[in-house]
Amino acid sequence: MSANGSHENEYEHYEAVVVGCGPGGAAAAARLAEHGVETLVLERGVEAGAKNVSGGLIYAEDSAPYTIDDLFEGFREAAAERPVTDYRIHNIAGDKVKTYDLTDLHEHDTDWCDAVLRRKMDSWLQRRVHEKTSETGGGVLTNVRVNGLLREDSEGRVRPSEQSSGRSPRDGEIVGVTCDELDPIEADLIVAADGVNSELAREAGLMDWEEPDEWFQGVKAVVDMDPDAVNHRFGIDDDEGVAHLFSGDLFEDVRGGGFLYTNEESLSIGTVFHLDSLVAEQAEPHELLDALLTHPVLAHWTGDGYDEREYAAKLVPDSKKVAHREPYRDRLVLVGDAAGQMQAQGPIIKGMNHAVTAGALAADAFAITRGNADPEAAGRRYAKLLEDSGTMAKLRPKQYDLARTVAERDAVTNVVDGVLESPIGRVALGNPLADRVLERAYNSPLVVSMLPDTRTGYTTVPTVIGEARGKSIRWKNDAEPPSLEERIGDLTYDTDVGNPHIELRDDSAEASGAAVYACPVSAEAFGGGCYRTEQVKTNGDEETVVSLDTQPCVECGTCAIVADTAWEHPRGGKGVEFREG
Amino acid sequence: MLTKGVPDFSEGAVSFDEDGHLERGKTPTVMNPNDAFALEAALQTRVRHGGHVSAMSMGPPGYGDVLREAMESVYADDTYLLSDRELAASDTWATAITVSSGVEKYREEVADVDLVFAGFKTADGETGQTGPQTCWALEWPIVTHVIALDIDPDERRLRAKRLVEGDVDEIETVEAPLPCMVVTDPEFEPTYRKAAHRLTHKELRAETQERAADHDEHLTTWDHVDLNLDPDYIGLDGSPTIVSSVDPIPKAPSEREATMIDPDDGAAMEPVLEELQPFAGGD
Ligand SMILES: Cc1cc2nc3c(=O)[nH]c(=O)nc-3n(C[C@H](O)[C@H](O)[C@H](O)COP(=O)(O)OP(=O)(O)OC[C@H]3O[C@@H](n4cnc5c(N)ncnc54)[C@H](O)[C@@H]3O)c2cc1C
Ligand code: SF4
Repeated sequence: MSANGSHENEYEHYEAVVVGCGPGGAAAAARLAEHGVETLVLERGVEAGAKNVSGGLIYAEDSAPYTIDDLFEGFREAAAERPVTDYRIHNIAGDKVKTYDLTDLHEHDTDWCDAVLRRKMDSWLQRRVHEKTSETGGGVLTNVRVNGLLREDSEGRVRPSEQSSGRSPRDGEIVGVTCDELDPIEADLIVAADGVNSELAREAGLMDWEEPDEWFQGVKAVVDMDPDAVNHRFGIDDDEGVAHLFSGDLFEDVRGGGFLYTNEESLSIGTVFHLDSLVAEQAEPHELLDALLTHPVLAHWTGDGYDEREYAAKLVPDSKKVAHREPYRDRLVLVGDAAGQMQAQGPIIKGMNHAVTAGALAADAFAITRGNADPEAAGRRYAKLLEDSGTMAKLRPKQYDLARTVAERDAVTNVVDGVLESPIGRVALGNPLADRVLERAYNSPLVVSMLPDTRTGYTTVPTVIGEARGKSIRWKNDAEPPSLEERIGDLTYDTDVGNPHIELRDDSAEASGAAVYACPVSAEAFGGGCYRTEQVKTNGDEETVVSLDTQPCVECGTCAIVADTAWEHPRGGKGVEFREG
Repeated sequence: MLTKGVPDFSEGAVSFDEDGHLERGKTPTVMNPNDAFALEAALQTRVRHGGHVSAMSMGPPGYGDVLREAMESVYADDTYLLSDRELAASDTWATAITVSSGVEKYREEVADVDLVFAGFKTADGETGQTGPQTCWALEWPIVTHVIALDIDPDERRLRAKRLVEGDVDEIETVEAPLPCMVVTDPEFEPTYRKAAHRLTHKELRAETQERAADHDEHLTTWDHVDLNLDPDYIGLDGSPTIVSSVDPIPKAPSEREATMIDPDDGAAMEPVLEELQPFAGGD
């Protein structure tokens, strides 16, 4: 008997299934519901936002076809923190700092821009999405993890994809999803809005998790501060906020930078680094974050009474390299981070806004092509809408492709860096005229989108600027960020005991050793994290092997790329639960 | 059409009067924890098959709160309290007579009933008798120790997986015609593998929150006159069981091999209770 009342091969069907209730999934679902499409949203968190991390500034671009407040009335009042009214970058060399006003760059094409905390934002979106989708016979279900695709073979048999690693992307047409918690579900449209490390995009053969240089790793601390202190320390009113960026030698040679954004009652302070650079420099992400948190430049803001509410991390795709130009296969479309639609426009990070745009466009594409017998009609139309709306051009700027062919070659970088660091370069970068030119250059969206991903833009230029033009700051920063152990201890977990979501496939140091330092909750000298190295004796030889304990995992995705693992997200509701995000 | 009988409630911090009778009035009242499984079963049936769910309990007027709690857990449409001074101090037998009369009255005056769910033993009495006795009084089939349940509404039959002798290792599948009484086991796990069922569940929860906020509107109270019960057969006078005294933990006779069992460990206690049941009086 089947006490579940389930019958074989009689699957539930929804017109659309949206996987993930972040900004991309929320936008897709809301727009689908507006088109009258019966839409089911499946979210693996206990609540939307419980798994999500961003910096985060959400932009509403003048040129975008959809912004979040178009789709969700009252978003800014109910779900966002402070608007950004002051935007600066600090070029740092030792204790010297040169600050440029980046407001022009920030305001370019910007209707408005607010800081957000993802638990608050996404859970609010989830409630609105549930209201909207309930009206068309669907709704949002949390605690449900989609674990694969449902496919129909040439004989019309519908079954889950082979769960083996060697599956072929062409082993049948994608017609639905399979879940840990539910029976398989068929749908006319499947929206993979499941974020970075999308298991669906990978299973469909649209994205891979191979190259560290296609990703950034973001690490962030939310710091408690009462609203009056925020106002007082940053010289702002209740309805104002600041965004500060940090680059230069405080991160040594790791390519990336830091940020500080003001929320209503807290600060978001974090770092974003190129993953390949973290690996190459064998850097410890939490130490880089601490280098920022304890730098004199932050002394006035957080130097006394530093109180960390939450430590979090997540990978960020680099759209310049990975935004998929045809993010669809059969009835599946990819939206947001799942499709690599995360734009790093110089120091400005735009992922949430593009996820919103893409989600809404995917919904429109389905509505336009509804009833078309060709299963890829919606996908093709979606790709065209991304192109026609100018979204793809932002994600994959042409000028970047041109610039990078020359600039990212090591030889060129070394020569350019050599010149910049030479006395002549210093004079050139360091004179007052250069100062104005540089501030303008930083503020040019064209120039920043061209900046090659070498240390020139991230480290050399800011450091030289800092050194040559910066003023020394002698403030004392007494902040004592918590240890990794304390940070892990403060996080909330619902561990899926006996069912780890990551397995090490190769425990040799060559294959997986990078995870020991690149994992944001592991460290070479710390035994309590996810990854550690151990010396084992085999036949008299001593060998270093890597071991893994997934309990403290924050599901950032890093070891899916830098180590040899079988990597999945935990079952619905299991694993880490962020309260801030 | 379903109903849920919630025949008895109490909490660990109980008080007894001089004669050793439970003083319900002085005891903080909560829903019988074992009824939670019955509620889950009723809820699962409702989510899958629709219908109307009522929660029924016998107890003093303060039991309204217990029924509100039951309403919140089972997403009941309405609740029924069988309450009367004459009903005080009923043992399982008298309770069963009263509850079955409540169910009969419900069928006559409110709606027909397909299923009655009851919990696995009450936390206070631990007799496990009220359910079966009620059922006997109703002359319905009963399925006990149920851990999974499936209803075929067209055939008007129920299929259940049940633990044989309460043993976790041995599971049998049984069928029964409706109407029927179902006594759930603490091992009962509701399963919602269909998205539609989870959405219904969510919708019912939202509706119930509103309803439970003014629970009194949905509560019907019946006394022994309403139930047409003779006072001689109910309450203390109608209770043949006499509990001489209550020991904290039943100890194993010393000449036998003793096994230590944590009395808070429901699963471990089950075999013990099962053994004791025949000696607990009532016949
Ligand atoms: C440190 C940091 C700073 C950042 N700063 C900014 C910034 O300032 N501005 C900006 O715009 N962007 C920023 N980003 C990027 C931004 O967070 C992402 O681009 C954005 O969240 C992408 O949205 P999404 O909807 O595609 O995916 P997500 O927001 O990641 O949402 C995916 C959702 O899918 C769910 N999910 C995943 N897998 C499954 C599954 N199998 N089954 C069911 N549900 C699933 C997840 O729980 C999640 O809710 C930053 C990122 C980081 C890490
Ligand atoms: S174990 Fe892997 S996914 Fe988890 S926190 Fe570490 S690097 Fe990230």
